[in-house]
Amino acid sequence: MRSTLLAWSVAIALGLGMTTAHAADAVTVKIGQSSPLTGPQAHIGKDNDNGVRLAIDEINATKPTIGGKAVTFEVMSEDDQADPKTATIVAQRMVDEEVAGVIGHLNSGATIPASKVYSDNNVPQVSPSATAIKYTAQGFKTAYRVMTNDEQQGKVLGAYAAKLGKKVAIVDDQTAYGQGLAAEVEKAAKAAGAEVVAVEHTNDKATDFTAILTSIKGKEPDVIFFGGMDPQGAPMAKQMRQLGIKAQFLGGDGMQTPKFIELAGADAEGTIASIPGLPLDKMPKGTDFKQKFEAKYGQIQLYAPYAYDAAYVMVDAMKRADSTDPEKYLPELAKTSYEGVTGKISFDAKGDLTSGPITLYTVKGGKWETLETIQP
Amino acid sequence: MDIFAQQLVNGLVLGSVYALVALGYTLVYGILELINFAHGETTMMGAMISLAVIGALFGVAPDLPGIVIVLTGLLVAIPSCMLLGYGIERVAYRPLRHAPRLAPLITAIGLSIVLQNVAMLIWGKQYIAFPTTLLPQGRHEIFGATITDVQIMILVLTVTLMAGLVTMVNRSRLGRAMRATAQAPAVAQLMGVNINAVISATFVIGAGLAAIAGVMVSANYGQAHYHMGFLLGLKAFSAAVLGGIGNLTGAMLGGMLLGIIEALGAGYIGDLTGGFLGSHYQDIFAFMVLILVLTLKPSGLLGSKSVERA
Repeated sequence: MRSTLLAWSVAIALGLGMTTAHAADAVTVKIGQSSPLTGPQAHIGKDNDNGVRLAIDEINATKPTIGGKAVTFEVMSEDDQADPKTATIVAQRMVDEEVAGVIGHLNSGATIPASKVYSDNNVPQVSPSATAIKYTAQGFKTAYRVMTNDEQQGKVLGAYAAKLGKKVAIVDDQTAYGQGLAAEVEKAAKAAGAEVVAVEHTNDKATDFTAILTSIKGKEPDVIFFGGMDPQGAPMAKQMRQLGIKAQFLGGDGMQTPKFIELAGADAEGTIASIPGLPLDKMPKGTDFKQKFEAKYGQIQLYAPYAYDAAYVMVDAMKRADSTDPEKYLPELAKTSYEGVTGKISFDAKGDLTSGPITLYTVKGGKWETLETIQP
Repeated sequence: MDIFAQQLVNGLVLGSVYALVALGYTLVYGILELINFAHGETTMMGAMISLAVIGALFGVAPDLPGIVIVLTGLLVAIPSCMLLGYGIERVAYRPLRHAPRLAPLITAIGLSIVLQNVAMLIWGKQYIAFPTTLLPQGRHEIFGATITDVQIMILVLTVTLMAGLVTMVNRSRLGRAMRATAQAPAVAQLMGVNINAVISATFVIGAGLAAIAGVMVSANYGQAHYHMGFLLGLKAFSAAVLGGIGNLTGAMLGGMLLGIIEALGAGYIGDLTGGFLGSHYQDIFAFMVLILVLTLKPSGLLGSKSVERA
C-alpha cells in the first residue's frame, strides 16, 4: 500500500516536472491567413482557410522543434471581404498581433495593398492565389506566391493562340486583370509570329458586344482572345455564334468557370480557356490531398491545395533557418525548393514561381475538359 | 458592305431594346413631368421574376414547349411589375406630388437603389442564366447581315407596343384622360377626371412595358443580374431625351438612333481615327449626340407641344 502511494507520488512529481520543463521550452507561433470569409466569395475564402489549417494541423502533429524549442503553430484567420481597404486593416491587425508570416490574400485586389503593410513591417507573405503581375513587381522583399502569375499565363495563351491560327483578335474588359492578361497575350502572340488583326475594348458591365465583334469579323481572325470574366465572356460566345463568326474563342482563368457554360449554354462548346497550375488529379500528390482534405472539410472549392502548400513552404523555410523570426527565415524562403501537392515550388528573384505550369481546358458536352498542360 | 449592314442590324436591335425601356420613361414624363429613375430597376425586376418562374417551371416540367414556359414567365412578370409600379407611385411619388420637383427625383433615385438591393438579397450577386434553348434559335441572312429569331421578335414587339401605345393615348377614353391630366391636372379634375387613377394607370402601363423589356433583354443576352437595370435605364433615358421626352414616337426614334450610333461608333472609331481612339470610346458617340441635341434643340428631335407647357 505504502509503496504504491510512493510510486504514485513519484509519478505525479515527475509528470509535473516534465510538464513544467516542457512549457519552458515550448512556444506558440502565429501564422496569419486572410481571405474573404463573408460575401459572395466566402466559400472560396473558407477553402483557403481550410487548406492552411490542414497543413498547420499536420505540422503540429509532428511536434516540430525550431531553434531548440518545441513549436506549436496557431492560425490567425482574418476576413478581408475581398476588399482592398479592409485588406490593409486586417493586414495591420495581424502585424500588430506579431504573426510570423501571412498566407494570403486570395484576390489580387486585396493582396496588392496589403503587401505594402507586410513589407513595411517585414512580415513574409505567401499568396496562394493572387495572379496580378503587379503584386511581385513592386520590389517588396516579403512578397511571394505559389501560383503562376498573369504574365506567365499570358505568355502561354499568346503562344497557344499563335499555334491555333495566324490571325489573332484581342478583346479586353479594361480591368486590371483583363487588360494585363490581354496585353501579355498580344505580346506573346506577336512574338510567336501571329498577326494581331484587332484590339478591341469593352467593360466589365457590358452585355452587348455585337458592334466590336462585327468589326472583328471583318478582319477575319482565326482566334479571338478575351481577357475578362465569365459574365462578359458568355454573351460574347453567344454573339459570336449569332454573327456567324467561326474563329476559335480563347480566354483566361476568369472564363474557365461552370458559370460560363451555364450562361452561354450550347454556344460555350469548343471554347478554350486556361487555369494556372495543374488540374487536381494531375497534381503529384493531388489524390492524396483530396482524400485528406475531404475527410475533414468536404469538397475542395478552388485554391485549397495552394493554400496548403503555401503554409508548408513557409514552415519549411522556418525549419531550414531554424528560426521563426522573419529576419532570419526570409532569406531561406527565397531559396525554397519544395515538392508540394501542386508541384515543384521554387521562387525567382521577384517572388514568382520559376516554373508555373498552365493547363488549357475546352468545353465539351457542357463540361470543362482538360486539353493539355503547358510548362513554360 | 455586309459589315456595314451587320452594324446597322446590331444597332437596330440594341436600339429597340433602348426604345422599349424608353417608352416607359417617356410615358410617365409625358403625363407627370417626372423622371421615374426606378424604371430601369423595374425592368430588372421583370427579368428576374420571369427568370425565377421560367427556371422553376423548366425544373418541374421540362417537356413543356419552350415558348409556353417563356410566356408563363412573362405573364407572371407583367402583373408583378405592374403591382410594383403601382406601389412605387403610391409610396414614393404620390405623397410628393406637390413638393418641389427635386424631391420626387431624389426618392426615384433612392427607390432604384432600394430595388437593386432587394433584388440582390433575393437572387444574390450571381448572374442568372436564361435557358436560351427555350426560344427558337433560327438565324436569318438579310443583305449579308445575320439576325436571330429573338432579335426579330424584339424589333417587332417594340414597333407593335409603340403603335399600340400611341393608339391608346390618342383614341381611348383612358388616353384622353391621360392627355387631359398632362395638359392641366387641376382642370381635368374639375371636369370629372379621376387624376389619381389616371396617374396610377400610367405607372402600371409603364411597369408592364418594363417587364416585357426585361424579359426580351435577358432572352437576347442570355442572362440577368441585379445591376442590369442601371445602365440600361440610363441609356434608355438618354434615348427618350434624344427623341423628345414625353413623345412616344420620339422615344422609339431616339432609341433606334442611339443604338445605331453606338454600333457604328464602336465598329468604326478605331479605323476612322487610325487606332488613336479605340472601341472603349463607344459611349462618347451616344452622349456627344445627346449633348448636341440638347444644345441645338432642347426639346429633343420630336419634342411635342405637351412637354413645352412648363
